[in-house]
Amino acid sequence: MKEVLLQMKNIEKQFPGVRALSNVDFTLRKGEIHALMGENGAGKSTLIKILTGVYQMDGGEILVEGKNVSIRSPQDAQNNGISTVYQEITLCPNLTVAENMYIGREDGAWVKKKNYEKRADEILTRLGIPARSRQQLGSCSLAVQQMVAIARAVDMECKVLILDEPTSSLDDKEVKMLFDLMRDLKSQGVGIIFVTHFLEQVYEVSDRITVLRNGELVGEYTTEELPQVELVAKMIGKELDELSSLGDEDERESEVKEVFYEAEGLSSTAALPFNFRIHKGEVNGFTGLLGSGRSESVRAIFGADKVTGGNVRVGCKRVKINRPIDAMKCGIGYLAEDRKRDGIIAELSVRENIILALQVMNGFFKPISKSESEAFADEYIKALNIKTASRETPVGSLSGGNQQKVILARWLLTHPDYLILDEPTRGIDVGTKLEIQKLVLKLAEEGVSVTFISSEVEEMLRTCSRLIVMRDRHIVGELKGKELTQTQVMKTIAGGDK
Amino acid sequence: MKKKNGVYREPLTNTQLLMTITIGIFVVLYLLAMILLGGGFLHAQQIFDMLNDNASLIIVSCGLTIVMIGGGIDISVGAVSSLVVMSCVLYLNNGGNIFFSILLALGIGLAFGAVQGFLVSYLEIQPFIVTLAGMFFARGMTTILSVNPQKVAHEGFAALRDIKIESSLLGYTAKNGNLVPARIELGVVVAFFCVIVIFVLLKYLRLGRSFYAIGGNQTSAMMLGINVKRARFLSYLICGLLSGISGYVLMMHTGAGNATNAAGMEMNAIASSIIGGTLLTGGVGNVVGTCFGTLTLTTIKKIVVSSGLNDPWWQSITTGGMLCFFILLQSVVLGRRAKKLSRPV
Repeated sequence: MKEVLLQMKNIEKQFPGVRALSNVDFTLRKGEIHALMGENGAGKSTLIKILTGVYQMDGGEILVEGKNVSIRSPQDAQNNGISTVYQEITLCPNLTVAENMYIGREDGAWVKKKNYEKRADEILTRLGIPARSRQQLGSCSLAVQQMVAIARAVDMECKVLILDEPTSSLDDKEVKMLFDLMRDLKSQGVGIIFVTHFLEQVYEVSDRITVLRNGELVGEYTTEELPQVELVAKMIGKELDELSSLGDEDERESEVKEVFYEAEGLSSTAALPFNFRIHKGEVNGFTGLLGSGRSESVRAIFGADKVTGGNVRVGCKRVKINRPIDAMKCGIGYLAEDRKRDGIIAELSVRENIILALQVMNGFFKPISKSESEAFADEYIKALNIKTASRETPVGSLSGGNQQKVILARWLLTHPDYLILDEPTRGIDVGTKLEIQKLVLKLAEEGVSVTFISSEVEEMLRTCSRLIVMRDRHIVGELKGKELTQTQVMKTIAGGDK
Repeated sequence: MKKKNGVYREPLTNTQLLMTITIGIFVVLYLLAMILLGGGFLHAQQIFDMLNDNASLIIVSCGLTIVMIGGGIDISVGAVSSLVVMSCVLYLNNGGNIFFSILLALGIGLAFGAVQGFLVSYLEIQPFIVTLAGMFFARGMTTILSVNPQKVAHEGFAALRDIKIESSLLGYTAKNGNLVPARIELGVVVAFFCVIVIFVLLKYLRLGRSFYAIGGNQTSAMMLGINVKRARFLSYLICGLLSGISGYVLMMHTGAGNATNAAGMEMNAIASSIIGGTLLTGGVGNVVGTCFGTLTLTTIKKIVVSSGLNDPWWQSITTGGMLCFFILLQSVVLGRRAKKLSRPV
């Protein structure tokens, strides 16, 4: 067994009304990649934030190389050799790459610019990161910015490197680059804590897995000895039968129903002209790689980007949808891809977030009465099983999956005829994913048309009866019925029919 | 990016770009004024007059630039300067000495900076509210000290005030044939000194870079190990100190205290910073730009006056228009730039 680098013992953390962590142990050894897994709200982020000094623990102890340490601020963590690279880039875009690597940890009052730039260039070259030290960070791609953050940690000769969801905004090639970098660091004896939602990535790169659930430790396992299926079961704490049951439900043969929405040559500032139609009660999906134009296309349908042309018919009527409010008046709802930016209003309560869309549709001069809105909120909190302390809790304090449900509730309350869900299951736990998928199918049964976008092809296959495949901003195929298999989808995406 | 001597030349940063635009516009405006209006604009003294009249505004604007780079705002600066003038005038007239009057000026500035900085950074109160309160407080204090204008009657001060750098080389020949040498007041030297110190602070010192960092992204700055609260506190403290200095320079220029001293100076300072390329959102800006911002603002006013539009509202209207133009220009330039950078290579 390798030398123990970091040990967290009996960690306790209490938030108002919630026990975030109780009695959690975590051990990291030298030169290992250790995946920290769990649903949303399992306590992963809390554990990480305690380790990095963002939160203070209420009980327990942290040992670095056998010595008891107290970590009260990010600086303390850095001084103990613990560095973190967060999912959201925590660097300053207005400074140069070199400055971002050295600011906040220099000695003396003067900035030794030349010296830093030289060292930064050396490290960037060594790690194969395509950035230059004097470049403004904001002009690098997100992936490169993330790597700069890692380069900063490497230069600090960190012993423990925490990567919090590092791959969620990277494409396959970039992920591979990142993994190479991680393996390189591992061989140098760095202990890496890897937090992610992507199971395949865990199996590709990690040596060991620790699973948390509801703020408690489920166990620590060697990756090789834990089959993927069991890992999922341990994370959600449910038997797996429930997961697979969805797949074989019904054939979802789409009979010929009336067309609800039809677009001809619709285009926006972000999307090239495309044709699209959806029937009543149909679930279809847009798929394609990141940047293939799938989100841009549905945004055009909702009028979220400036529409530049095309004919749109809703029902049998020709309509013009130039702004989201036009779309909403036609009974179209849109759940945005980035819920933090385009979806929730974190400071408002669950209730206020839920009634928001309905209020906009009604117009602000016809307020929804308090009692009415309370009734709506309670109804949907119950119907969607939203885990919140009360309906007046600020949405910002809920976990990701529950925030997503609040936004869903917001659209359901407007009783849409057509709902566009862009990545509704991204970054949320397996259990909630399942609930959302079930909900989509239930809505379709009730006659609501749904367009579903997800990065996980498997999930799309389970829910959609028709898949529109996009590549390089064009629709390259439409799959339905028997063609809906993983291989066929992959082939179409990759253009492998040739 | 062009390759030069084997080294990549990086494109200008946003700060440099906006500053370059400001300097360019100032030069163009001034040349236009020289060509179209001639007269005073052809003499070097015109520029020195602009500096003499605006030394205190330049100092205050530099302080404000620091705060704005850190993502904050300080609207108390004008009122604090005014309070400094009034306090120092009364102190000198009651038999004070020069040295202690300077200390008094710096002390008042630092006190305002410290209290406001503490409230904003450690108690996390909105800077606009805090400094609005500070502004009312300082204005009120000024009026309490004296409602009537007070002229400095202090011999030592008169001597200090009259120190001027004269240069016959840059002078001009008046209509009666006498050579009038160019005059630069002591305040301009002080302002010049302040600008250099702050320029160095912002560009080469750790503290200065952390102002940019907290203005760029406060959470990131914290995660990078910067003491955000301390840095923010210091930005307000420095701004307060500069308000104190600015007050003293203003007193040296006017030689009198008045309850309406430096009225609207904070707004002119904000305008100078913005025209000079400082973004209200923080993280971008430069004191050299701010100096040129002040000069541009002044040039516009001079041009308006020289064009025969003597009514005061013309100055306000053109200043307003100019400010809109600059903000529009900034957002267009930065917007186009962001688009260009986000395009896949």
